Amino acid sequence: MVDILLSGTTQGLIWAILALGVYVSYRVLDIADLTCEGCITLGASVTALLLWKEVNPWLAVLIAFLAGCIAGGITGVLHTKMKIPPILAGILTMISLYSINIHIMSIATEKQGTANLSLLRIDNLYTDFSSSKLGELLNMGKTNAALLIGVIFCVGIIAILYWFFGTELGSSIRATGNNEKMCRAQGIDTDLTKIIGLALSNGLIAVSGALLSQYQGYSDVNMGVGSIVIGLASIIIGEAIFARTKRFAIMLIGIVVGSVIYRLVVSLVIFSGMPSTDLKVMTAVVVIVALCLTSFASKVRAKSAKGGKGNV
Amino acid sequence: MSEPLTPMLSLKGIQKSFHRGTVNQKDVLKGIDLDLAPGDFVTIIGGNGAGKSTMLNAIAGVWKVDGGTISVDGVDVTATSEHKRAKYLGRVFQDPNMGTASNMQIDENLALAARRGKLRTLKWGLTSGERASYREQLKMLDLGLEDRMSTKVGLLSGGQRQALTLLMATLQRPKLLLLDEHTAALDPKTAAKVLSLTDQLIEENHLTALMVTHNMRDAIAHGNRLIMMHDGHIILDIAGEEKKKLTVEILLEKFSQTSGSEFVNDRALLG
Ligand SMILES: Nc1ncnc2c1ncn2[C@@H]1O[C@H](COP(=O)(O)OP(=O)(O)O)[C@@H](O)[C@H]1O
Ligand SMILES: [Mg+2]
Repeated sequence: MVDILLSGTTQGLIWAILALGVYVSYRVLDIADLTCEGCITLGASVTALLLWKEVNPWLAVLIAFLAGCIAGGITGVLHTKMKIPPILAGILTMISLYSINIHIMSIATEKQGTANLSLLRIDNLYTDFSSSKLGELLNMGKTNAALLIGVIFCVGIIAILYWFFGTELGSSIRATGNNEKMCRAQGIDTDLTKIIGLALSNGLIAVSGALLSQYQGYSDVNMGVGSIVIGLASIIIGEAIFARTKRFAIMLIGIVVGSVIYRLVVSLVIFSGMPSTDLKVMTAVVVIVALCLTSFASKVRAKSAKGGKGNV
Repeated sequence: MSEPLTPMLSLKGIQKSFHRGTVNQKDVLKGIDLDLAPGDFVTIIGGNGAGKSTMLNAIAGVWKVDGGTISVDGVDVTATSEHKRAKYLGRVFQDPNMGTASNMQIDENLALAARRGKLRTLKWGLTSGERASYREQLKMLDLGLEDRMSTKVGLLSGGQRQALTLLMATLQRPKLLLLDEHTAALDPKTAAKVLSLTDQLIEENHLTALMVTHNMRDAIAHGNRLIMMHDGHIILDIAGEEKKKLTVEILLEKFSQTSGSEFVNDRALLG
């Protein structure tokens, strides 16, 4: 049981990075970006390939991030420069990534059409860390190392996001998701801010995939299916918990907490005997119900806000 | 009239059609010529669909015009994109929701506006020094917003937002201020307040401005020059002493003389 909670938490932290990425596109930019589904796999495949080639695992995560940024940037260009609706732009990138991911994994095996890549018995972040001096000093096994690394990534990414969205550039990205017309009137290149926002979002999603592949010990071309819904579920749970907060940092922490809660619930549900193949529909139902509730709540709020405002 | 100074705005033969080349083609601007001297405050009236908003959008670069040239202070901006042109322009829209980011705080909105025309870098987006100066400027609006700088703009009333948008439009002194019926969505009392704030900001900053209004009295009472648009043309352009002597009756008469039709704008006669 403790094992289940521990691995649930660790996985929650890894998926939280994806949820933070989805937050950037869905909440900050107000774009439902399906690139996510191919991008988590892209992060996993790139990392798997690099680990096969004995590249340093930390460097592999960084390269996965950059690969994700490129994928997100492409969706951004399709949407802004070629005027393709964002949903379709995301789908187009996602579909392309399916083939690309297989190509990436095929490079490692030198066999065409490799749809998954095992990372068992290959050194990764977690084994590296637990066998490092620091890991030995802390006497950490692989499981604890994975938990610690998850915490480090989440804290670091929250700190970076908090800083970034406070900068001039970050503020203009936030404003873009809020009111594009106003942004252009204020001299903001909204094409550019969307492209940067989508690149950042998908970079994070790829990092999530990079850690996930190392944690579960393989990369699989289908591992991203439904991932955007999982991200949304985490965001919605987080927002429900920290409903009253106006602070951006708390909001981000809420998403991580939401993701961990989601994973723990999933672990427990599976532990209790529900077939894991039913998970996706369960997640979808959770998101549907939550979205209905929030749209209902905002309607109520809008109604009460209309009444009684003072002059001017 | 000879014009020794470079015009602050110069429109030459501006044409714009929507749905061009389809059966629905609609020619909206049919050759607009207009020169504004620095410091001109021009009010614009005209019936519904005369092309007033379209002219302002053409100047702002919301889309490219189909013909003609647009220069701001001697710089040809005809081919310049909307966000680059914003460097020269302050804009306030009819819809109070349009001019601000409602999920962001008052001070954050001002900080966005203060960087109009500048490269947005990885420097902090809102410094404490800035906040102090915004507080002073908000005090001038006399709406108590200086004590609510961390409030999300979405919680403000329409009038408060228009006042804030005006301040945002002038925070970085624009070469040209574009106001498109910016008081039309407000109740009369609030509209009057926002209008007097408009006068004040234009006067203090010596701005050149174009103000569309549906209210003939306002058009007569404000600014030093008045133009009337009809069916994609400027059909009246009255400035100086003649403008000061204008009345609603004279305007209506001039309108039917030049256009050969009755002035059709239900709202224009009211108020
Ligand atoms: N984006 C657009 N697409 C199609 N038609 C438009 C568009 N913008 C304006 N029009 C049409 O152009 C005409 C002039 O509109 P507008 O400039 O908004 O008039 P107004 O003088 O009332 O501000 C109207 O008939 C309007 O329907
Ligand atoms: Mg209009």
